[in-house]
Amino acid sequence: MLKIQGVHTFYGQIEALKGVDLEIKQGEIVTLIGANGAGKSTLLMTVFGKPKARHGRILYEGRDLTRVPTHEIVRLGIAQSPEGRRIFARMTVFENLQMGALCTDGSTFDEDVRMVFDLFPRLEERRTQRGGTLSGGEQQMLAIGRALMSKPRLLLLDEPSLGLAPLVVRQIFDIIKKINQAGVTVFLVEQNAFHALKLAHRGYVMVNGVITMSGTGKELLDNPEIRAAYLEGGHA
Amino acid sequence: MRGKLRIIFRGRFDLAYFFQQLINGLTLGAIYGLIAIGYTMVYGIIGMINFAHGEIYMLGAFVSVVTYLVLSALGLSYIPLVLLVMLLSSMLFTSIYGWSIERIAYRPLRGAPRLAALISAIGMSIALQNYVQLTQGARVKALAPIISGGFTVMEQNGFTVRLSTLQIFIMILTTALMVGFSYLIDKTPLGRQQRACEQDSTMAALVGVNVDRTISTTFVLGAALAAVAGVMVTLYYGVVDFYIGFLAGMKAFTAAVLGGIGSLPGAMLGGILIGLIEAFWSAYFTIEYKDVAAFSILVLVLIFRPTGLLGKPEIEKV
Ligand SMILES: Nc1ncnc2c1ncn2[C@@H]1O[C@H](COP(=O)(O)OP(=O)(O)OP(=O)(O)O)[C@@H](O)[C@H]1O
Ligand SMILES: [Mg+2]
Repeated sequence: MLKIQGVHTFYGQIEALKGVDLEIKQGEIVTLIGANGAGKSTLLMTVFGKPKARHGRILYEGRDLTRVPTHEIVRLGIAQSPEGRRIFARMTVFENLQMGALCTDGSTFDEDVRMVFDLFPRLEERRTQRGGTLSGGEQQMLAIGRALMSKPRLLLLDEPSLGLAPLVVRQIFDIIKKINQAGVTVFLVEQNAFHALKLAHRGYVMVNGVITMSGTGKELLDNPEIRAAYLEGGHA
Repeated sequence: MRGKLRIIFRGRFDLAYFFQQLINGLTLGAIYGLIAIGYTMVYGIIGMINFAHGEIYMLGAFVSVVTYLVLSALGLSYIPLVLLVMLLSSMLFTSIYGWSIERIAYRPLRGAPRLAALISAIGMSIALQNYVQLTQGARVKALAPIISGGFTVMEQNGFTVRLSTLQIFIMILTTALMVGFSYLIDKTPLGRQQRACEQDSTMAALVGVNVDRTISTTFVLGAALAAVAGVMVTLYYGVVDFYIGFLAGMKAFTAAVLGGIGSLPGAMLGGILIGLIEAFWSAYFTIEYKDVAAFSILVLVLIFRPTGLLGKPEIEKV
């Protein structure tokens, strides 16, 4: 579904991605783990052309996304809940969801909102509250909900469990599973490697802008190197 | 005392005189408010002051005069129709100018240091002034009153308070525009896209907003409102020249800062306050210093309350 081939991305002179290759197949949950500053968020943003890849190709259903303007990408069926959540702070919860549905024709808006509110009942209680005043966890739910409003076939999630209480982390991972079972392919970036790898069909490890390892979720979980680097002491 | 700044109280104390200033101030303020909206919206979305915006207003005034002359040459004299055509043609032409200014002076510099865009804006402003001076001449253009008549609101001690039909027209039209524009921004998809770009343009693009097009739309809407202000001023004062954009632009900018730059209700409130300050200052103190009064407000606001009266408190959580 998504094939990333030899992608290099720069911030000015700094090369953040140094030739990334990665593939996501229809229906999968694929997890990307890696240390801080490895380039995980940069990879997700590069899919949307912010920043643009300097070299390489990003093929989505055969089409090269590096030639598609950022605002058209969501119309191809890809949505992102980005790093830092990026909720529209001075818009209400409901308006944020409306923004998520911008690229649709609006014919299923009511059902889609219903679906998001069923996944996150908390958001329904807060529908007229301004995004910027939500708690961190509520903002995370809203960021995922907003991404779902575009009815994506591929969902990119950047650290959805960041800063959340363990119980809420559980819920979020359950919901990701539900979303996937509903037919959405998920590409998940996580610090919470244990949960993420357990959930994922396959995983990749990124170090310093390159992919160093890949395998099924279980293979990576059982790999002693990965246990030492990303898991030991890192989970409950 | 010569050469010294002398501020003489010269007004009258009665209520009638006060009311008259109130009417004049509100009329003027409504016009400043319309121009201020353009400053505030553009600032909101690209984070810089469009110093050519005053020129857009000046162009709107000129287009309305030219349109009027053309219409009278054609023998059209039905006043409501004349006004409508004047408004529409001013809005159309200034929209094109507003759109072009963004394309020529700002878009190529997006991401460049702010100073570059600022210099580009000032250059644009000077170029437009010279352009109008060359094509329309440097002399003041006068226009015979189109809307006349009015009411006597009250009389006291031999002073009559007048409310002219034109003032009523200006207030009704500006109120309607402000209400309509607020609705557009608050409630419609276009307004939401505009606000999304203002709050986080990268995220806006991620959900599918065409950011460049939204910025262009913002320039066009701001220009159209400034054009209406230009038509109003032409009707109100009956004269225009190529230099009116500078002072009106500075005052509307002051209004936008006073109300809180980036805030739409703030721009309207600021405009009305600046209009009132100017009217009352001219009525009760020396008229020569009326512009100084408005700009002193700018300085005071910048020192004591840089976010303005209705400035947005930052509520983002990071
Ligand atoms: N806007 C930017 N300008 C310059 N450098 C940047 C920018 N954004 C990221 N970088 C650099 O690019 C590298 C990769 O950053 P990125 O945010 O992709 O890492 P990450 O893997 O998501 O890390 P984390 O787990 O901490 O979120 C880092 O060295 C970072 O400093
Ligand atoms: Mg990151």
